[in-house]
Amino acid sequence: MNRRPWVLGAVVALVFLFLYAPIAWLAIASFNSSRSLSRISGFSLQWYAELLDDTRVFASLQLTLQLALASAAISTVIGTLAAFGLRRAFPGRGLWTVLLSLPLVVPEVVMGVAMLGFFVRLAGIPLGFGALLFAHVAFSLSFVVVVVRSRVSGMDVRMEEAAADLGASPFVAFRTVTLPLVAPAVVAGAAFAFLLSFDDVVISSYLTGVGSTTLPVFVYAQASKRGISPEIVALSTLMVTATALLLIIGVLFASWRARKTGSAAKLAV
Amino acid sequence: MLRRWLKANALLAPTGVWLGFFLIAPLVVVVEFSFATRDTGVARAVLPWTTQAYLTALDPAFLPIFGRTLLYAGATTVACLLLGFPLAWFIARYGGRYRTALLAAVLIPFWSSYLARIYAWKALLDGEGLVNTVLGWVGLDRDGGFLLTHGAVVLGLTYGFLPFMVLPLYVACERFDVRLTEASYDLGHGRVSTFFRVVLPGVRSGVLAGSLLVLVPAAGDFVTPKLLGGVEQSTFGSVIDDQFRGGNNWPLGSAMAVLLLVLVVFVLVLRGRRGEDVL
Repeated sequence: MNRRPWVLGAVVALVFLFLYAPIAWLAIASFNSSRSLSRISGFSLQWYAELLDDTRVFASLQLTLQLALASAAISTVIGTLAAFGLRRAFPGRGLWTVLLSLPLVVPEVVMGVAMLGFFVRLAGIPLGFGALLFAHVAFSLSFVVVVVRSRVSGMDVRMEEAAADLGASPFVAFRTVTLPLVAPAVVAGAAFAFLLSFDDVVISSYLTGVGSTTLPVFVYAQASKRGISPEIVALSTLMVTATALLLIIGVLFASWRARKTGSAAKLAV
Repeated sequence: MLRRWLKANALLAPTGVWLGFFLIAPLVVVVEFSFATRDTGVARAVLPWTTQAYLTALDPAFLPIFGRTLLYAGATTVACLLLGFPLAWFIARYGGRYRTALLAAVLIPFWSSYLARIYAWKALLDGEGLVNTVLGWVGLDRDGGFLLTHGAVVLGLTYGFLPFMVLPLYVACERFDVRLTEASYDLGHGRVSTFFRVVLPGVRSGVLAGSLLVLVPAAGDFVTPKLLGGVEQSTFGSVIDDQFRGGNNWPLGSAMAVLLLVLVVFVLVLRGRRGEDVL
């Protein structure tokens, strides 16, 4: 019954073409010598040169990076704790699961306007970096929990019990046994949180204050006003390349860890 | 038992506090706003309590927008299922040691800038774009390209949300015992019958979780319809956005946000506990 899946393979190849064609086109268009994105007329680096001269882009890039790092750090720490909290069954675990699934299913526009209303009217939190950070952690947390939890729940409790039997204190057992086992998932969760924050348009667009525009919000505002500028396409190409590299490094790191710890456990990417 | 309960809740407490303050409280405030009176001044929503915003939101004038939003979200979910299932099945069954790499390959475009991906489609679907040019070779091109059509919006949404479908489907396909299909063939079922009676029920939890992760966010998205569909294709999300962005009518925007939340709760209840282990 093991027919070779030619048809399936062909369909999968087409889906991958669908996934990569737009990205490839973007990269090609960023080297275009004319302003057009649809017609390629020659090779040029002028859009990259203009991008490097644009101080507004770099100011918002810096803010976006700081925000993404802070958000990833906070959500990774408290999300990992939560994943461990959900490890064993206890009364009320179902409720926690529902709470944690909310950020995954509530549409971004609803979260955005809700946070705008709450921060401005009731909490008195000024729009800007602080408001952005509160919001970004709130929508990234669940992704960290999902990723880390999948690893934690697949872990063999007997490994930690063995450590305890051999005389390790709970702290030592955690540091030498538990932590190395969940590390790949924690790294994956942190990368997830970083990129979610780095790429967010909708929620951030409600919460940016004067002088605290994140890069995606800046790009969105530019695009709605004047259409797509080739400079932004060049920037997008750089961002695509950077995120792809980050992901590849992450996968390599995770598989290196997996080989080192000798476990064939699946990666929690 | 009590100790275990205390320990679990202590570990979950920071998350609970954060989500309570910055997610639940804002959602409660939206419900409150939806019953407020519109104020054109700075406050934008004031007393007395009224259901006026809901009456406006349910006005027949908004019906086409409701319908369009559901159409986009539904079509996007179906398209993601049709593209995502072969992909997830292939990676889980035939991926071998390249599984992780293949999954990562699905995720890389997803992690490129969301706006950049929409721009790329804008360029490709333009009248002079690559899609129209290639279709022109076989005489299927369209004057002015495919921008500003329903198809363009569904395409853009499908592209944006496909990974959310593939990941839960992959988990379900990986867990599915392939010997069941062999048993089905041995018992005389054909390929079609095996697919619908054995495979599909087997990966049900993945289908449900994936559909949930695609349907609801797609119903709320307004950036994709705005950039690929233009003003004529406004959706529920973009109407909410308009009410807040211009400070036009916070109570109306809130009432519509609450209606969208009701849809979320409805879908969650409909799904029941079936897909919980995947999500």
